Amino acid sequence: MIHVYTWGAIGAIVLASVLGDVLVARAMKQVGDVHVLWEQHGVWTIVGRVLRKPRFLLGVMAMAVAFFSLLFALSWADVSLVGPAAASLTFIGNAFAARIFLHEKVDRRRWIAAVLVAGGVALLAG
Amino acid sequence: MTFRKYLVLAGVTFFAAAGDSMLSYGMKQVGSISLNHLSSVILAILNPWVAVGILLLLAFFASYMTALSWADLTYVLPATSVGYVLLALIARFALHEQVSPLRWLGIALISGGVGFVAGGPALTSHSHEQPCDTDAHPAAVSSGVHS
Repeated sequence: MIHVYTWGAIGAIVLASVLGDVLVARAMKQVGDVHVLWEQHGVWTIVGRVLRKPRFLLGVMAMAVAFFSLLFALSWADVSLVGPAAASLTFIGNAFAARIFLHEKVDRRRWIAAVLVAGGVALLAG
Repeated sequence: MTFRKYLVLAGVTFFAAAGDSMLSYGMKQVGSISLNHLSSVILAILNPWVAVGILLLLAFFASYMTALSWADLTYVLPATSVGYVLLALIARFALHEQVSPLRWLGIALISGGVGFVAGGPALTSHSHEQPCDTDAHPAAVSSGVHS
């Protein structure tokens, strides 16, 4: 039964962090190139634009949920399983989500990169 | 990709690795925090390592957002996973910790993945050129996928 809880927690962490990454990425694409904005309008315009994006605030909330689910999961599950599993599954989940929700062209090159990095992170953290 | 953009990606990598290390070093000094004494989390911020770690992670988030404003999520994430490699190398050569063969394999895999994604374009989506209202529009979705 403990396996169900552990994998449920890992699933929750992965879902929340993918959601957070996608929402923040989406918000920043709407804000536009920060370098250009900085030169033309200054830093406070960027801060104002970012904070006015509901997607950004939702994304930060999702990241906070991911962080606290990780903390709770770590308090009763094995660090050596939860950490690497959540980190590497988040890489794979982000590749799917970026293709579907951000319309990024996730070609073979990027799939290979996502799988290699996910595998590497699992080995490093394990 | 300009020099300044590479600098931002390097910032994402460095601030994440440095922030995580400082935070974990500080939290080990603070000791374990039980759910019954959640107020001790606030006190943990008073530890200088934890405080600097939090500042570095804020810097990480700022550079991460900057990178996402001109590059794909599937480009930024692998490119910045160099931080894991960096941490392992620091552990091996600065802290003289033992790095197992499996970990070296992990370092090789991440480096390979980063090499793969760095050879391609940084930005493939053009969704930022469309107004936000067209997000859920089928035409916008299909044009985005094939662009």
